[in-house]
Amino acid sequence: MTRNEIRTAFVDELTRIAPDIDGKTVSDKDHLMDDLGLDSMDILNLVTAIQTRLGVSVPETDYPRLETLEKAVEYLAGKLG
Amino acid sequence: MGWDTITKSANDRANAALPDTEKARKDFSWNDARQELSGLPGGGLNIAHEALDRHVAAGHGAQCAIRWLGASGETRDFTYEHLQRNASKFASVLTRHGIGKGDRLFSMMGRVPELYFAALGTLRAGVVFTPLFSAFGPEPVRTRMEIGEASALITTAAIYRRKIASWRAEIPSLKLVLIVGDDAPEDCIALGPEMDRAPDRFEVMQTDPEDMALIHFTSGTTGRPKGVVHVHEAVVAHAATGRFALELRPGSVYWCTADPGWVTGTSYGIISPLVNGVTMVVDEAEYDLDRWYRTLEREKVEIWYTAPTAIRMMMRAGQDAAAGYDFSNLKFLASVGEPLNPEAVVWGKEVFGKPFHDNWWQSETGGIMIANTAAMDIKPGSMGKPLPGIEAGIVETAGDELSECAPEEVGELALRPGWPSMMRAYLNEEARYAKCFRDGWYLSGDLAMRDSDGYFWFVGRADDLIKSSGHLIGPFEVESVLIEHDAVAEAAVIGIPDETAGEVVKAYVVLNPGFDASDEMERTLRGHARKRLGPAVAPREIVFRQSLPKTRSGKIMRRLLKARELGLPEGDISTLETDEK
Repeated sequence: MTRNEIRTAFVDELTRIAPDIDGKTVSDKDHLMDDLGLDSMDILNLVTAIQTRLGVSVPETDYPRLETLEKAVEYLAGKLG
Repeated sequence: MGWDTITKSANDRANAALPDTEKARKDFSWNDARQELSGLPGGGLNIAHEALDRHVAAGHGAQCAIRWLGASGETRDFTYEHLQRNASKFASVLTRHGIGKGDRLFSMMGRVPELYFAALGTLRAGVVFTPLFSAFGPEPVRTRMEIGEASALITTAAIYRRKIASWRAEIPSLKLVLIVGDDAPEDCIALGPEMDRAPDRFEVMQTDPEDMALIHFTSGTTGRPKGVVHVHEAVVAHAATGRFALELRPGSVYWCTADPGWVTGTSYGIISPLVNGVTMVVDEAEYDLDRWYRTLEREKVEIWYTAPTAIRMMMRAGQDAAAGYDFSNLKFLASVGEPLNPEAVVWGKEVFGKPFHDNWWQSETGGIMIANTAAMDIKPGSMGKPLPGIEAGIVETAGDELSECAPEEVGELALRPGWPSMMRAYLNEEARYAKCFRDGWYLSGDLAMRDSDGYFWFVGRADDLIKSSGHLIGPFEVESVLIEHDAVAEAAVIGIPDETAGEVVKAYVVLNPGFDASDEMERTLRGHARKRLGPAVAPREIVFRQSLPKTRSGKIMRRLLKARELGLPEGDISTLETDEK
């Protein structure tokens, strides 16, 4: 999977959980909670959806490594690599 | 039930604030509790004075009151004297801008130090403090500021621009908007420079015990949210219950993870700990497993008051995630917000070496009413027993007169009014307030039962309110926002069980002609609701129906939707006129 594909998958799941967010305007450095307004239940749902979609396992202690789009893509690429 | 009682040792009891709970209940009087506070000359009482000035006057000004942990890793300590000076400065700023006794200041911001200066400065100035949750969308904020007739608001520039600026002019009572930091949008005042030049002495306003001090908003099943009014005398209960139910004592290191935007974060995240002279840890950041474990260890937290949703999130991560941390300073763990499941009570013991002590109260009660105290054996899953000064009962409300239920029978949890932090009103809603009282009882709206040993057990809500992540959500407020959308003809909102959040919000929607049910429509409506209500209140799931179950008078039967969702008996459906399709 390329980074671009991971990014698309992540934004896709993000906007499904939080449809108030416009996927086109999400920038790489936006913080999921502080900038995009997700709450902790959203994060939980997002990680669950990503795990299912990409077939990776993300332990709870790694959640902070998905706090921006940039970090998430980097982290998930490492997992899938 | 099947869970073994967790028994306390003689040593646990000897070290507890109430070694003998039964005896304490007999000996206790609220009058005695009042004497432990200093009060103001002439019979006055002021929460901020009890929280700060009393300690400074007694020579404890140099003790750390707040250890603030910034989201990006910095740490700042504020002593009792620092807090007193900053609260005084804030009170001076309010006065300079014409905000005074009887006015109402709303706060809408994260857990930054200014929030604590503002809360205490507001009370000091005799102004009513009304905290709002910073993750609320614009709609709940506006409704609450209208009902509460806000005179002043303190918030951040980002929140102001996103959620408030567009309708600010439509709140006629709003005279002052303070913005944290050195810059402010148009028509707002930057707090930084104001604080810099404000005098750090401000004599505590001579407030009467019955003067209004706090308004906390809570949701109703129907109609608008209710502004729960508390007075300065509530501090008597904040002080006593903090000792009895949380073991707060001078010098303890205490961490309450609740946000001051909710009642727990004010009563036990600001007032009670300070009045009891503790050092409180305040974390600006949201829940993060590693950060929380590190905080417990590094700050040597002794007393920890948290919530079921957070505990269940920790449990999901498993015991291994906690390995390697030193939790040996923890002395007492407590939980509130919704019933704590027995697994979580026991899990506390396995991971932290101490069980979680569940307790029960609500916005209306202002303070903890029923608790598992340190000396009491714990029956996992039970909320415990009434604290000294509190008389609780389980009552049957169906007949003409209330009757008390026998042990093990389910009824409505009720309290005998008279404790100091009992609400004094729902703001401008006398009829709704009066409905809470019958035959000398305050009716809580919670269904519960008392076992033969006197322990209380939560059973469910007596109404349609939803409890998600410990927050009470009124279905009406959510339905109203959904119906505002052009596509929506009707909406019904219920809570469905969720293993982490307790319940999550689910909506049933009937679309207007010309609109089709689709995944895209589902997202559009959820997006609309999230923008207006914020993520904590908006539905996490929306399903479409041709029609909703309604009574002959046209009332949507949420209870029926819920029973069907849960596969429970449908109960009495004799009033059902049109059914769900």
